[in-house]
Amino acid sequence: MTERETIARWVSLGARVLDLGCGDGALLKHLWQTRQAPGYGVEIDDAKVLECIRNDVNVLQMDLEDGLSVFQDGSFECVILSETLQAIHRQEPLLREMLRVGREAIVSFPNFGYWRARIQIALGGHMPVSKELPYQWYDTPNVHHCTLVDFEALCAKLGLRVLERVVLRDGNPVAVMPNLLGSLAIYRVSA
Amino acid sequence: MIVTPQKVRFAEPLSLSSGAVLPEFEIAYETYGELNAARSNAVLVCHALNASHHVAGTYANDPGNLGWWDNMVGPGKPLDTNRFFVIGNNYIGSCFGSTGPTSINPASGKPWGADFPVVTVEDWVAAQARLADHLGIERFAAVMGGSLGAMQALQWSLSFPARVRNSIVIAATPRLSAQNIAFNEVARQAIMTDPDFHGGHYYEKGVLPVRGLRIARMIGHITYLSDDAMMEKFGRVLRRVTPGFDFNVDFEIESYLRHQGDKFSSYFDANTYLRITKALDYYDPAAAYGGDLSAAFARAQADFLVVSFTSDWRFSSARSREIVRALLDNRRVLSYLEIDAPQGHDAFLLDDARYFGALRAYFGNIAL
Repeated sequence: MTERETIARWVSLGARVLDLGCGDGALLKHLWQTRQAPGYGVEIDDAKVLECIRNDVNVLQMDLEDGLSVFQDGSFECVILSETLQAIHRQEPLLREMLRVGREAIVSFPNFGYWRARIQIALGGHMPVSKELPYQWYDTPNVHHCTLVDFEALCAKLGLRVLERVVLRDGNPVAVMPNLLGSLAIYRVSA
Repeated sequence: MIVTPQKVRFAEPLSLSSGAVLPEFEIAYETYGELNAARSNAVLVCHALNASHHVAGTYANDPGNLGWWDNMVGPGKPLDTNRFFVIGNNYIGSCFGSTGPTSINPASGKPWGADFPVVTVEDWVAAQARLADHLGIERFAAVMGGSLGAMQALQWSLSFPARVRNSIVIAATPRLSAQNIAFNEVARQAIMTDPDFHGGHYYEKGVLPVRGLRIARMIGHITYLSDDAMMEKFGRVLRRVTPGFDFNVDFEIESYLRHQGDKFSSYFDANTYLRITKALDYYDPAAAYGGDLSAAFARAQADFLVVSFTSDWRFSSARSREIVRALLDNRRVLSYLEIDAPQGHDAFLLDDARYFGALRAYFGNIAL
Protein backbone atom coordinates (compact mmCIF):
# COMPACT_ATOMS: atom_id res chain seq x y z
CA MET A 1 0.00 0.00 0.00
CA THR A 2 1.30 3.42 -0.90
CA GLU A 3 1.01 6.73 0.90
CA ARG A 4 -1.27 7.93 -1.89
CA GLU A 5 -3.64 4.97 -1.49
CA THR A 6 -3.74 5.49 2.26
CA ILE A 7 -4.60 9.16 1.87
CA ALA A 8 -7.19 8.44 -0.82
CA ARG A 9 -8.85 5.90 1.48
CA TRP A 10 -9.15 8.56 4.21
CA VAL A 11 -10.63 11.20 1.91
CA SER A 12 -14.37 10.72 1.63
CA LEU A 13 -16.09 10.89 -1.74
CA GLY A 14 -16.56 14.45 -2.93
CA ALA A 15 -14.69 15.92 0.03
CA ARG A 16 -13.10 19.34 -0.40
CA VAL A 17 -9.37 18.98 0.08
CA LEU A 18 -6.44 21.33 0.50
CA ASP A 19 -2.98 19.90 -0.22
CA LEU A 20 -0.18 21.93 1.36
CA GLY A 21 3.15 21.57 -0.41
CA CYS A 22 1.33 19.85 -3.27
CA GLY A 23 4.36 19.42 -5.55
CA ASP A 24 3.29 18.69 -9.14
CA GLY A 25 -0.32 18.14 -8.09
CA ALA A 26 -0.29 14.38 -8.68
CA LEU A 27 -2.02 13.62 -5.35
CA LEU A 28 -4.76 16.18 -6.01
CA LYS A 29 -5.27 14.78 -9.47
CA HIS A 30 -5.49 11.28 -8.01
CA LEU A 31 -8.01 12.41 -5.38
CA TRP A 32 -10.11 14.05 -8.08
CA GLN A 33 -10.01 10.96 -10.28
CA THR A 34 -10.61 8.38 -7.54
CA ARG A 35 -12.64 10.27 -4.94
CA GLN A 36 -14.18 13.10 -7.03
CA ALA A 37 -12.63 15.31 -4.35
CA PRO A 38 -12.15 18.87 -5.61
CA GLY A 39 -9.57 21.04 -4.03
CA TYR A 40 -6.59 23.31 -4.15
CA GLY A 41 -2.88 22.83 -3.77
CA VAL A 42 -0.46 25.26 -2.21
CA GLU A 43 3.06 25.25 -3.59
CA ILE A 44 5.88 27.79 -3.62
CA ASP A 45 8.31 26.28 -6.12
CA ASP A 46 7.99 27.81 -9.61
CA ALA A 47 8.69 24.58 -11.51
CA LYS A 48 6.20 22.58 -9.44
CA VAL A 49 3.53 25.27 -9.79
CA LEU A 50 3.96 25.06 -13.56
CA GLU A 51 3.57 21.26 -13.38
CA CYS A 52 0.33 21.72 -11.44
CA ILE A 53 -1.03 24.03 -14.15
CA ARG A 54 -0.01 21.46 -16.78
CA ASN A 55 -1.78 18.80 -14.72
CA ASP A 56 -4.91 20.98 -14.65
CA VAL A 57 -4.80 21.12 -10.87
CA ASN A 58 -5.87 24.21 -8.91
CA VAL A 59 -2.67 25.59 -7.44
CA LEU A 60 -1.98 28.66 -5.33
CA GLN A 61 1.59 29.89 -5.27
CA MET A 62 2.10 30.87 -1.66
CA ASP A 63 4.50 30.32 1.20
CA LEU A 64 3.11 28.01 3.89
CA GLU A 65 5.24 29.82 6.44
CA ASP A 66 3.02 32.88 5.89
CA GLY A 67 0.02 30.95 7.20
CA LEU A 68 -3.30 30.07 5.61
CA SER A 69 -5.10 33.37 6.05
CA VAL A 70 -6.60 33.31 2.53
CA PHE A 71 -8.72 30.32 3.57
CA GLN A 72 -11.86 30.66 5.66
CA ASP A 73 -12.48 28.66 8.82
CA GLY A 74 -13.77 25.16 8.11
CA SER A 75 -13.66 25.54 4.33
CA PHE A 76 -12.21 22.05 3.73
CA GLU A 77 -13.13 18.57 4.85
CA CYS A 78 -9.50 17.57 4.76
CA VAL A 79 -6.17 19.42 4.77
CA ILE A 80 -3.17 17.37 3.67
CA LEU A 81 0.47 17.94 4.54
CA SER A 82 2.29 15.18 2.70
CA GLU A 83 5.99 14.78 3.48
CA THR A 84 6.27 18.52 4.01
CA LEU A 85 6.11 18.79 7.82
CA GLN A 86 9.84 18.29 8.16
CA ALA A 87 10.56 21.20 5.78
CA ILE A 88 8.47 23.72 7.73
CA HIS A 89 10.14 26.07 10.19
CA ARG A 90 7.19 26.59 12.52
CA GLN A 91 5.07 23.44 12.77
CA GLU A 92 2.82 24.44 15.64
CA PRO A 93 1.09 27.43 14.01
CA LEU A 94 0.75 25.53 10.74
CA LEU A 95 -0.90 22.52 12.39
CA ARG A 96 -3.29 24.86 14.20
CA GLU A 97 -4.04 26.65 10.94
CA MET A 98 -4.67 23.33 9.17
CA LEU A 99 -7.32 22.45 11.70
CA ARG A 100 -8.80 25.94 11.58
CA VAL A 101 -9.43 25.74 7.81
CA GLY A 102 -10.14 21.99 7.73
CA ARG A 103 -12.20 19.56 9.73
CA GLU A 104 -9.46 16.94 9.57
CA ALA A 105 -5.78 16.94 8.71
CA ILE A 106 -3.64 14.25 7.13
CA VAL A 107 0.04 14.57 7.93
CA SER A 108 2.80 12.33 6.63
CA PHE A 109 6.53 12.52 7.27
CA PRO A 110 9.66 10.38 7.06
CA ASN A 111 10.17 8.69 10.41
CA PHE A 112 13.50 9.73 11.88
CA GLY A 113 13.16 6.90 14.38
CA TYR A 114 13.38 4.27 11.63
CA TRP A 115 16.07 1.77 12.57
CA ARG A 116 18.20 2.48 9.48
CA ALA A 117 18.28 6.16 10.42
CA ARG A 118 19.18 5.28 13.99
CA ILE A 119 22.00 2.98 12.85
CA GLN A 120 23.41 5.55 10.46
CA ILE A 121 23.71 8.01 13.34
CA ALA A 122 24.64 5.56 16.09
CA LEU A 123 27.13 3.39 14.21
CA GLY A 124 27.92 5.32 11.02
CA GLY A 125 28.21 8.55 12.98
CA HIS A 126 26.58 10.55 10.18
CA MET A 127 23.17 12.02 9.40
CA PRO A 128 20.83 9.50 7.76
CA VAL A 129 20.55 9.37 3.97
CA SER A 130 17.86 7.11 2.54
CA LYS A 131 15.09 6.82 -0.03
CA GLU A 132 12.79 8.95 2.14
CA LEU A 133 15.62 11.28 3.19
CA PRO A 134 17.77 11.53 0.07
CA TYR A 135 19.62 14.70 1.10
CA GLN A 136 22.99 15.45 2.61
CA TRP A 137 22.73 17.45 5.84
CA TYR A 138 24.08 20.58 4.14
CA ASP A 139 21.72 20.67 1.16
CA THR A 140 18.48 19.42 2.67
CA PRO A 141 15.22 21.38 2.57
CA ASN A 142 14.32 19.57 5.77
CA VAL A 143 14.73 21.55 8.94
CA HIS A 144 12.74 19.71 11.64
CA HIS A 145 12.90 15.93 11.64
CA CYS A 146 10.79 13.96 14.03
CA THR A 147 9.79 10.45 15.01
CA LEU A 148 6.35 8.96 15.59
CA VAL A 149 6.82 9.52 19.32
CA ASP A 150 7.75 13.16 18.78
CA PHE A 151 4.80 13.85 16.49
CA GLU A 152 2.32 12.24 18.83
CA ALA A 153 3.73 14.31 21.69
CA LEU A 154 3.22 17.47 19.62
CA CYS A 155 -0.36 16.42 18.83
CA ALA A 156 -0.97 15.93 22.56
CA LYS A 157 0.50 19.35 23.31
CA LEU A 158 -1.74 20.99 20.70
CA GLY A 159 -4.78 19.03 21.87
CA LEU A 160 -5.12 17.22 18.53
CA ARG A 161 -6.77 13.82 18.37
CA VAL A 162 -5.07 11.10 16.36
CA LEU A 163 -7.91 9.38 14.50
CA GLU A 164 -5.84 6.94 12.49
CA ARG A 165 -2.21 6.11 11.90
CA VAL A 166 -0.57 4.11 9.14
CA VAL A 167 3.16 3.41 9.18
CA LEU A 168 4.81 2.10 6.04
CA ARG A 169 8.10 0.57 5.00
CA ASP A 170 8.68 -0.02 1.30
CA GLY A 171 4.95 0.28 0.69
CA ASN A 172 4.05 -2.29 3.34
CA PRO A 173 2.16 -1.47 6.54
CA VAL A 174 4.20 -1.89 9.71
CA ALA A 175 2.19 -3.05 12.71
CA VAL A 176 4.92 -4.09 15.15
CA MET A 177 7.28 -1.51 16.65
CA PRO A 178 6.37 1.07 14.01
CA ASN A 179 8.65 3.77 15.40
CA LEU A 180 11.60 1.44 14.83
CA LEU A 181 10.51 -0.46 11.74
CA GLY A 182 8.52 2.13 9.78
CA SER A 183 10.13 4.64 7.42
CA LEU A 184 7.06 6.74 6.64
CA ALA A 185 4.27 7.77 9.00
CA ILE A 186 0.81 8.95 7.94
CA TYR A 187 -1.61 10.39 10.49
CA ARG A 188 -5.21 11.46 10.33
CA VAL A 189 -5.92 13.99 13.07
CA SER A 190 -8.68 16.32 14.15
CA ALA A 191 -8.95 19.17 16.62
CA MET B 1 1.72 38.08 -38.76
CA ILE B 2 0.13 40.86 -40.83
CA VAL B 3 -3.11 42.15 -39.32
CA THR B 4 -5.78 44.65 -40.29
CA PRO B 5 -7.57 46.89 -37.82
CA GLN B 6 -11.35 46.91 -38.12
CA LYS B 7 -14.19 49.04 -36.85
CA VAL B 8 -17.81 48.39 -36.10
CA ARG B 9 -20.52 50.98 -35.46
CA PHE B 10 -23.32 50.39 -32.99
CA ALA B 11 -26.36 52.56 -33.61
CA GLU B 12 -28.14 51.41 -30.45
CA PRO B 13 -27.51 53.87 -27.56
CA LEU B 14 -25.30 52.73 -24.67
CA SER B 15 -26.39 53.70 -21.15
CA LEU B 16 -23.37 54.47 -19.01
CA SER B 17 -22.74 54.06 -15.28
CA SER B 18 -22.75 57.84 -14.88
CA GLY B 19 -26.31 58.04 -16.17
CA ALA B 20 -25.16 59.58 -19.44
CA VAL B 21 -26.07 57.89 -22.71
CA LEU B 22 -23.83 57.45 -25.72
CA PRO B 23 -26.25 57.78 -28.64
CA GLU B 24 -24.04 55.64 -30.86
CA PHE B 25 -20.47 54.40 -30.78
CA GLU B 26 -17.75 52.63 -32.67
CA ILE B 27 -15.30 50.00 -31.45
CA ALA B 28 -11.93 49.48 -33.09
CA TYR B 29 -10.73 45.90 -32.95
CA GLU B 30 -8.42 43.32 -34.48
CA THR B 31 -8.73 39.57 -34.69
CA TYR B 32 -6.08 36.87 -34.91
CA GLY B 33 -6.67 33.24 -35.81
CA GLU B 34 -9.97 31.70 -36.91
CA LEU B 35 -13.23 31.32 -35.05
CA ASN B 36 -13.98 27.57 -35.01
CA ALA B 37 -17.28 26.09 -36.14
CA ALA B 38 -18.51 25.63 -32.55
CA ARG B 39 -17.55 29.27 -31.82
CA SER B 40 -15.88 28.00 -28.67
CA ASN B 41 -12.32 29.25 -29.14
CA ALA B 42 -12.71 33.02 -28.81
CA VAL B 43 -10.45 34.91 -26.41
CA LEU B 44 -10.99 38.59 -25.67
CA VAL B 45 -7.83 40.53 -24.80
CA CYS B 46 -8.35 43.77 -22.86
CA HIS B 47 -5.76 46.50 -22.79
CA ALA B 48 -4.41 48.70 -20.04
CA LEU B 49 -3.97 52.44 -19.85
CA ASN B 50 -2.05 53.45 -22.93
CA ALA B 51 -2.43 50.48 -25.28
CA SER B 52 -4.97 49.72 -27.98
CA HIS B 53 -6.70 47.03 -29.99
CA HIS B 54 -3.37 46.38 -31.74
CA VAL B 55 -2.44 43.41 -29.55
CA ALA B 56 -0.31 41.36 -31.92
CA GLY B 57 1.28 41.32 -35.35
CA THR B 58 2.16 44.24 -37.59
CA TYR B 59 0.42 46.24 -40.30
CA ALA B 60 1.24 45.77 -43.99
CA ASN B 61 1.77 49.52 -44.36
CA ASP B 62 3.57 49.91 -41.03
CA PRO B 63 5.78 46.86 -40.48
CA GLY B 64 7.53 48.39 -37.46
CA ASN B 65 4.27 48.77 -35.54
CA LEU B 66 4.28 45.60 -33.45
CA GLY B 67 1.26 44.82 -31.26
CA TRP B 68 1.72 45.57 -27.56
CA TRP B 69 1.35 41.94 -26.45
CA ASP B 70 2.94 40.31 -29.49
CA ASN B 71 5.21 38.21 -27.25
CA MET B 72 2.09 36.64 -25.68
CA VAL B 73 -0.31 36.38 -28.61
CA GLY B 74 0.33 34.82 -32.01
CA PRO B 75 1.01 31.54 -33.79
CA GLY B 76 2.90 29.26 -31.37
CA LYS B 77 2.85 31.91 -28.63
CA PRO B 78 1.42 31.22 -25.14
CA LEU B 79 -1.98 32.38 -26.39
CA ASP B 80 -1.68 30.42 -29.62
CA THR B 81 -3.66 31.88 -32.51
CA ASN B 82 -3.35 28.56 -34.34
CA ARG B 83 -5.82 27.28 -31.77
CA PHE B 84 -7.67 30.33 -30.50
CA PHE B 85 -9.56 33.16 -32.16
CA VAL B 86 -8.19 36.19 -30.36
CA ILE B 87 -9.84 39.60 -30.32
CA GLY B 88 -8.07 42.80 -29.39
CA ASN B 89 -10.39 45.72 -28.72
CA ASN B 90 -10.02 49.39 -27.97
CA TYR B 91 -12.27 50.59 -25.17
CA ILE B 92 -14.63 53.50 -25.59
CA GLY B 93 -13.22 56.82 -24.41
CA SER B 94 -9.85 55.91 -25.86
CA CYS B 95 -8.04 57.82 -28.60
CA PHE B 96 -7.03 54.94 -30.88
CA GLY B 97 -10.14 54.37 -32.92
CA SER B 98 -13.07 53.59 -30.66
CA THR B 99 -15.44 56.42 -29.93
CA GLY B 100 -13.87 58.86 -27.48
CA PRO B 101 -13.27 62.53 -26.75
CA THR B 102 -11.55 63.07 -30.11
CA SER B 103 -14.56 61.63 -32.01
CA ILE B 104 -17.26 63.82 -33.49
CA ASN B 105 -20.24 64.41 -31.22
CA PRO B 106 -23.26 63.81 -33.46
CA ALA B 107 -25.20 66.46 -31.53
CA SER B 108 -22.75 69.27 -32.28
CA GLY B 109 -20.82 68.07 -35.31
CA LYS B 110 -17.64 68.94 -33.39
CA PRO B 111 -15.25 66.73 -31.38
CA TRP B 112 -16.73 65.67 -28.04
CA GLY B 113 -13.72 67.00 -26.10
CA ALA B 114 -14.66 67.75 -22.50
CA ASP B 115 -18.28 66.80 -23.20
CA PHE B 116 -17.43 63.12 -23.67
CA PRO B 117 -18.88 61.32 -20.67
CA VAL B 118 -16.78 59.70 -17.99
CA VAL B 119 -16.84 55.95 -18.66
CA THR B 120 -16.22 53.03 -16.31
CA VAL B 121 -14.85 49.51 -16.53
CA GLU B 122 -18.44 48.29 -16.42
CA ASP B 123 -19.27 50.50 -19.42
CA TRP B 124 -16.33 49.11 -21.36
CA VAL B 125 -17.45 45.57 -20.70
CA ALA B 126 -20.99 46.41 -21.77
CA ALA B 127 -19.62 47.85 -25.03
CA GLN B 128 -17.36 44.81 -25.53
CA ALA B 129 -20.42 42.58 -25.15
CA ARG B 130 -21.91 44.37 -28.16
CA LEU B 131 -18.73 43.55 -30.06
CA ALA B 132 -19.02 39.91 -28.98
CA ASP B 133 -22.63 39.84 -30.23
CA HIS B 134 -21.53 41.38 -33.51
CA LEU B 135 -18.85 38.69 -33.94
CA GLY B 136 -21.34 35.95 -33.06
CA ILE B 137 -19.59 34.92 -29.87
CA GLU B 138 -22.00 33.80 -27.18
CA ARG B 139 -19.34 32.61 -24.75
CA PHE B 140 -15.62 33.38 -24.58
CA ALA B 141 -13.13 30.61 -23.94
CA ALA B 142 -11.29 33.30 -21.99
CA VAL B 143 -11.22 36.99 -21.27
CA MET B 144 -7.73 38.15 -20.43
CA GLY B 145 -5.98 41.33 -19.41
CA GLY B 146 -3.22 42.90 -17.35
CA SER B 147 -3.53 45.87 -14.98
CA LEU B 148 -6.55 47.89 -16.12
CA GLY B 149 -7.14 45.11 -18.65
CA ALA B 150 -7.35 42.67 -15.74
CA MET B 151 -10.15 44.76 -14.23
CA GLN B 152 -12.08 44.20 -17.45
CA ALA B 153 -11.38 40.46 -17.29
CA LEU B 154 -12.71 40.45 -13.71
CA GLN B 155 -15.72 42.55 -14.62
CA TRP B 156 -16.64 40.27 -17.51
CA SER B 157 -17.04 37.43 -15.00
CA LEU B 158 -19.42 39.66 -13.01
CA SER B 159 -21.35 41.48 -15.75
CA PHE B 160 -21.79 38.41 -17.97
CA PRO B 161 -21.07 35.34 -15.79
CA ALA B 162 -22.40 32.88 -18.35
CA ARG B 163 -20.38 34.32 -21.21
CA VAL B 164 -16.88 33.70 -19.78
CA ARG B 165 -15.36 30.26 -19.29
CA ASN B 166 -11.99 31.52 -18.04
CA SER B 167 -11.04 34.88 -16.60
CA ILE B 168 -7.30 35.54 -16.74
CA VAL B 169 -6.42 38.32 -14.35
CA ILE B 170 -2.83 39.60 -14.41
CA ALA B 171 -1.19 42.29 -12.24
CA ALA B 172 -4.61 43.28 -10.95
CA THR B 173 -6.28 44.93 -8.02
CA PRO B 174 -9.93 44.64 -7.02
CA ARG B 175 -9.92 48.38 -6.22
CA LEU B 176 -7.43 51.20 -6.21
CA SER B 177 -5.84 52.19 -2.93
CA ALA B 178 -5.83 55.79 -1.71
CA GLN B 179 -2.20 55.96 -2.86
CA ASN B 180 -3.14 54.72 -6.36
CA ILE B 181 -5.87 57.36 -6.58
CA ALA B 182 -3.45 59.99 -5.30
CA PHE B 183 -1.02 59.31 -8.15
CA ASN B 184 -3.91 59.52 -10.63
CA GLU B 185 -5.06 62.82 -9.18
CA VAL B 186 -1.57 64.33 -9.50
CA ALA B 187 -1.56 63.22 -13.15
CA ARG B 188 -4.99 64.78 -13.74
CA GLN B 189 -3.97 68.02 -12.04
CA ALA B 190 -0.90 68.19 -14.27
CA ILE B 191 -3.18 68.00 -17.32
CA MET B 192 -5.98 70.24 -16.11
CA THR B 193 -3.66 73.03 -14.93
CA ASP B 194 -1.84 73.12 -18.25
CA PRO B 195 -2.74 76.53 -19.79
CA ASP B 196 -3.37 74.74 -23.09
CA PHE B 197 -6.03 72.49 -21.57
CA HIS B 198 -8.88 75.01 -21.93
CA GLY B 199 -11.25 72.96 -19.82
CA GLY B 200 -10.86 70.06 -22.22
CA HIS B 201 -11.90 72.04 -25.32
CA TYR B 202 -8.36 72.38 -26.65
CA TYR B 203 -9.08 70.81 -30.06
CA GLU B 204 -10.96 73.87 -31.25
CA LYS B 205 -8.17 76.14 -29.94
CA GLY B 206 -5.64 74.32 -32.08
CA VAL B 207 -3.40 73.51 -29.11
CA LEU B 208 -2.67 70.43 -26.98
CA PRO B 209 -1.91 70.28 -23.24
CA VAL B 210 1.31 68.40 -23.92
CA ARG B 211 3.12 69.73 -20.85
CA GLY B 212 0.48 68.35 -18.53
CA LEU B 213 0.22 65.08 -20.39
CA ARG B 214 3.99 64.75 -20.32
CA ILE B 215 4.12 65.13 -16.55
CA ALA B 216 1.18 62.76 -16.13
CA ARG B 217 3.08 60.12 -18.08
CA MET B 218 6.26 60.68 -16.09
CA ILE B 219 4.34 60.14 -12.84
CA GLY B 220 2.72 57.02 -14.27
CA HIS B 221 6.04 55.62 -15.37
CA ILE B 222 7.49 55.88 -11.89
CA THR B 223 4.71 53.64 -10.62
CA TYR B 224 5.20 51.05 -13.37
CA LEU B 225 8.77 50.24 -12.37
CA SER B 226 10.11 48.88 -9.12
CA ASP B 227 12.72 50.82 -7.16
CA ASP B 228 15.19 48.00 -7.82
CA ALA B 229 14.43 47.86 -11.55
CA MET B 230 14.87 51.61 -11.87
CA MET B 231 18.13 51.54 -9.93
CA GLU B 232 19.36 48.58 -11.95
CA LYS B 233 18.48 50.25 -15.25
CA PHE B 234 19.56 53.82 -14.55
CA GLY B 235 21.38 53.93 -11.23
CA ARG B 236 22.82 57.36 -10.60
CA VAL B 237 24.45 57.48 -13.98
CA LEU B 238 24.98 61.02 -15.27
CA ARG B 239 24.14 62.14 -18.79
CA ARG B 240 26.97 64.63 -18.76
CA VAL B 241 30.54 64.36 -17.58
CA THR B 242 30.05 66.35 -14.39
CA PRO B 243 26.95 67.72 -12.63
CA GLY B 244 25.85 70.96 -14.28
CA PHE B 245 24.61 72.77 -11.16
CA ASP B 246 21.63 73.84 -13.24
CA PHE B 247 18.29 72.26 -14.09
CA ASN B 248 19.07 70.54 -17.33
CA VAL B 249 19.23 66.77 -17.41
CA ASP B 250 21.89 65.43 -15.06
CA PHE B 251 20.78 61.89 -14.37
CA GLU B 252 19.91 59.14 -16.81
CA ILE B 253 16.51 58.63 -15.15
CA GLU B 254 15.59 62.25 -15.82
CA SER B 255 16.39 61.79 -19.46
CA TYR B 256 14.36 58.58 -19.58
CA LEU B 257 11.28 60.15 -17.98
CA ARG B 258 11.46 63.19 -20.26
CA HIS B 259 11.76 60.91 -23.27
CA GLN B 260 8.79 58.80 -22.16
CA GLY B 261 6.77 61.95 -21.49
CA ASP B 262 7.63 63.47 -24.87
CA LYS B 263 6.82 60.26 -26.73
CA PHE B 264 3.52 59.72 -24.95
CA SER B 265 2.30 63.32 -25.23
CA SER B 266 2.90 63.21 -28.98
CA TYR B 267 0.25 60.53 -29.55
CA PHE B 268 -2.04 60.30 -26.53
CA ASP B 269 -5.10 62.42 -25.86
CA ALA B 270 -5.34 64.33 -22.57
CA ASN B 271 -9.13 63.99 -22.30
CA THR B 272 -8.72 60.23 -22.69
CA TYR B 273 -6.06 60.16 -19.99
CA LEU B 274 -8.39 61.95 -17.56
CA ARG B 275 -11.18 59.49 -18.24
CA ILE B 276 -9.06 56.36 -17.99
CA THR B 277 -7.63 57.38 -14.63
CA LYS B 278 -11.19 58.03 -13.42
CA ALA B 279 -12.29 54.60 -14.64
CA LEU B 280 -9.45 53.12 -12.61
CA ASP B 281 -10.35 55.16 -9.53
CA TYR B 282 -14.03 54.25 -9.66
CA TYR B 283 -13.58 50.52 -10.20
CA ASP B 284 -14.69 48.70 -7.06
CA PRO B 285 -16.98 45.71 -7.61
CA ALA B 286 -17.25 45.19 -3.85
CA ALA B 287 -18.70 48.67 -3.26
CA ALA B 288 -22.26 47.56 -4.03
CA TYR B 289 -21.84 44.77 -1.44
CA GLY B 290 -20.72 46.89 1.51
CA GLY B 291 -17.08 46.31 0.60
CA ASP B 292 -17.50 42.52 0.66
CA LEU B 293 -15.56 41.29 -2.38
CA SER B 294 -16.60 37.69 -1.73
CA ALA B 295 -20.26 38.69 -1.97
CA ALA B 296 -19.49 40.53 -5.23
CA PHE B 297 -17.99 37.38 -6.76
CA ALA B 298 -20.87 35.14 -5.71
CA ARG B 299 -22.33 35.43 -9.21
CA ALA B 300 -19.09 34.60 -11.05
CA GLN B 301 -19.15 31.29 -12.91
CA ALA B 302 -15.78 31.39 -14.67
CA ASP B 303 -12.62 29.53 -13.85
CA PHE B 304 -9.85 31.93 -12.87
CA LEU B 305 -6.13 32.30 -13.35
CA VAL B 306 -4.73 35.14 -11.24
CA VAL B 307 -1.11 36.24 -11.69
CA SER B 308 0.82 38.82 -9.68
CA PHE B 309 4.44 39.95 -9.59
CA THR B 310 6.25 40.29 -6.28
CA SER B 311 8.02 43.56 -7.18
CA ASP B 312 4.80 45.27 -8.35
CA TRP B 313 4.13 47.99 -5.78
CA ARG B 314 1.44 49.71 -7.87
CA PHE B 315 -0.89 46.69 -7.71
CA SER B 316 0.94 44.49 -5.23
CA SER B 317 0.59 40.74 -4.76
CA ALA B 318 -1.38 41.44 -1.58
CA ARG B 319 -4.10 42.99 -3.76
CA SER B 320 -4.22 39.93 -6.00
CA ARG B 321 -4.50 37.75 -2.91
CA GLU B 322 -7.65 39.72 -2.00
CA ILE B 323 -9.10 38.55 -5.31
CA VAL B 324 -7.88 35.00 -4.61
CA ARG B 325 -9.54 35.01 -1.20
CA ALA B 326 -12.86 36.20 -2.65
CA LEU B 327 -12.72 33.48 -5.32
CA LEU B 328 -11.83 30.81 -2.75
CA ASP B 329 -14.77 31.91 -0.63
CA ASN B 330 -16.93 31.20 -3.68
CA ARG B 331 -15.21 27.87 -4.41
CA ARG B 332 -14.22 28.92 -7.91
CA VAL B 333 -11.84 26.79 -9.94
CA LEU B 334 -8.73 28.89 -9.48
CA SER B 335 -4.99 28.98 -9.82
CA TYR B 336 -2.80 31.78 -8.52
CA LEU B 337 0.76 32.54 -9.54
CA GLU B 338 2.98 34.90 -7.64
CA ILE B 339 5.94 35.46 -9.94
CA ASP B 340 9.14 36.60 -8.28
CA ALA B 341 10.03 39.03 -11.09
CA PRO B 342 12.04 42.20 -10.46
CA GLN B 343 10.55 44.63 -12.98
CA GLY B 344 7.55 45.94 -11.06
CA HIS B 345 4.09 46.47 -12.56
CA ASP B 346 5.46 46.36 -16.12
CA ALA B 347 6.48 42.72 -15.58
CA PHE B 348 3.10 41.68 -16.97
CA LEU B 349 4.25 42.78 -20.43
CA LEU B 350 7.60 41.01 -20.31
CA ASP B 351 8.55 37.50 -21.32
CA ASP B 352 9.35 35.42 -18.24
CA ALA B 353 9.67 31.65 -18.61
CA ARG B 354 7.60 30.95 -15.47
CA TYR B 355 4.84 33.42 -16.36
CA PHE B 356 4.63 32.62 -20.06
CA GLY B 357 5.06 28.89 -19.39
CA ALA B 358 2.09 28.94 -17.02
CA LEU B 359 -0.08 30.89 -19.48
CA ARG B 360 0.85 28.47 -22.26
CA ALA B 361 -0.03 25.49 -20.07
CA TYR B 362 -3.26 27.08 -18.90
CA PHE B 363 -4.44 27.87 -22.42
CA GLY B 364 -3.36 24.38 -23.49
CA ASN B 365 -5.81 22.88 -20.97
CA ILE B 366 -8.80 24.92 -22.16
CA ALA B 367 -10.98 22.43 -24.03
CA LEU B 368 -12.47 23.75 -27.25
